[in-house]
Amino acid sequence: MAAISREEVAHLARLSRLAVTEEELDRFAGQLDVILQSVARIGDVAADDIPPTSHSVPLTNVYRDDVVQPCLTQDAALAGAPDTAEGRFRVPRILDEEA
Amino acid sequence: MSDVTRMTAAQIAGLIAAGETSAVEVATAHLDRIDAVDDRVHAFLHVDREGALAAAADVDARRGRGEELGPLAGVPVAVKDIIATKGVPTTAASKILEGWKPPYDATLVERLRAAGTVMLGKTNMDEFAMGSSTEYSAYGPTNNPWDLGRIPGGSGGGSAASLAAYEAPLAIGTDTGGSIRQPGAVTGTVGAKPTYGGTSRYGLIAFSSSLDTPGPCARTVEDAALLHAVIAGHDVRDSTSIPQPVPDVVGAARLGATGDLSGVKLGLVKEFAGEGAEPGVIAAFRESVEALVKLGAEVVEISCPHFEYALPAYYLIAPSEASSNLARFDGVRYGLRAGDDGKRSLEEVMSLTRDEGFGPEVKRRIILGTYALSSGYYDAYYGQAQKVRTLITRDFTSAFEKVDVLIAPTTPFVAFPFGSRTSDPYQMYLADLYTIPTNLYGGPAISVPCGLSEGLPVGFQIMAPTMADDRMYRVAAALESAVGTLTPPEL
Repeated sequence: MAAISREEVAHLARLSRLAVTEEELDRFAGQLDVILQSVARIGDVAADDIPPTSHSVPLTNVYRDDVVQPCLTQDAALAGAPDTAEGRFRVPRILDEEA
Repeated sequence: MSDVTRMTAAQIAGLIAAGETSAVEVATAHLDRIDAVDDRVHAFLHVDREGALAAAADVDARRGRGEELGPLAGVPVAVKDIIATKGVPTTAASKILEGWKPPYDATLVERLRAAGTVMLGKTNMDEFAMGSSTEYSAYGPTNNPWDLGRIPGGSGGGSAASLAAYEAPLAIGTDTGGSIRQPGAVTGTVGAKPTYGGTSRYGLIAFSSSLDTPGPCARTVEDAALLHAVIAGHDVRDSTSIPQPVPDVVGAARLGATGDLSGVKLGLVKEFAGEGAEPGVIAAFRESVEALVKLGAEVVEISCPHFEYALPAYYLIAPSEASSNLARFDGVRYGLRAGDDGKRSLEEVMSLTRDEGFGPEVKRRIILGTYALSSGYYDAYYGQAQKVRTLITRDFTSAFEKVDVLIAPTTPFVAFPFGSRTSDPYQMYLADLYTIPTNLYGGPAISVPCGLSEGLPVGFQIMAPTMADDRMYRVAAALESAVGTLTPPEL
């Protein structure tokens, strides 16, 4: 049985904001199925009582002193943007016009 | 004077310090070499001739004023294109960042500049460092100088190939699952992954934040150590940077080069020394183990029973973190925006931008990571992978109670022909089989050339405990003193 269906891949692509084509869906569904079948064997390791590791460095967060430091200028921060207006990032409409 | 492009970084620095050549002459020789061969090698995505010559002239001027300069002053370096360089294009080999010029330098780039090294340009790689062959670069692959029809490894194939093609004496890579070491192995060069947290991630375009580690690439172990010493050390701008002194990697490399390993205990990873690798790789590895024994090292076999689960765990953890990290590429603040016709919504524009801007491997991993993090699958995939990470770490810590370092081949196979592993992504992933456990544990590891198989380089890997990077440099330099460096055929 397939570990992942074409429909699931389409759903995940939507969640990931990837407008994949039908041809990409066909290809990715098969490839992701092979990958998932190959990695699924980590389930064979008995690890119920094992704590998870998210990170190899056992550091806790540190805070710097709350003092003003140099930072990017507004122009520098906007310089790489695809579109700007009035010193800000310009984005396509977020809400439907009816909304 | 003989050709500076064939010299080590240490030799070049020595000549500049002695006034026998200038940083400008050295930079010019390397830029000319790039002009002569890079149309065949394609190690570089961007060559910064103007910036390099200006930096070199600055070093010469400072030396002229009698300023005390560092041990690599005037030496050229190539930088992987996933590292932010102020005003110099940085794309991570992706279409989504085509033409982007960062407004700031990565910490390690600041340190390279402060040390007086001369940045030649930005090197090719698999898109966002996802791959083992550079075939996933959006700008075309890099060709291995040993055989232009074969892959140079990945993701840092451009950095490794620039060294093997004598375009640069030093290069910077990043290693998330083997992206410094595997390219080093298949190009016959040296590549070191420092301890995670030993080098700053500030200014790296994030792929898998709990694994990404920048590090040095060179043609000799001593050169790698010299570069390591320049870029390593605590950085307040990286929350996982380790606030401890950098181990004396240069001293360790010089000690190892004396060829004495008496009292050093090597643990041969049982699971990685037999099946799964090409016979020629195993043969070269075994011969090198014998060479190390002749230098006085003691070798014992060590079983690391959970290493076989490292590859599956990695291919759940890394894509999961990538799916989150790459959410920032939304067509708003930098890079590409597609389909913005004034009618489409933000969400539609974002989806079109990401479909057009990302290549196939990046999309596969984003989808895979999104799946592994979804409710209903989280426990079985991502959660279980994190537990396996604990077990792999325990394998390492228990091994290091018995031995000083672990040894294994770097990668199971020599440089493979283009196109031979792209149709089945999992076949590509197997290139990282032996490098990944170290990333999950967080310790340092180095690949050093150890011979040829079918005329192509084989890499020998040395893995050390966290913050004991010096140990791997000592053993690597000793091996280099016994087997020598490899010289690729003329291009």
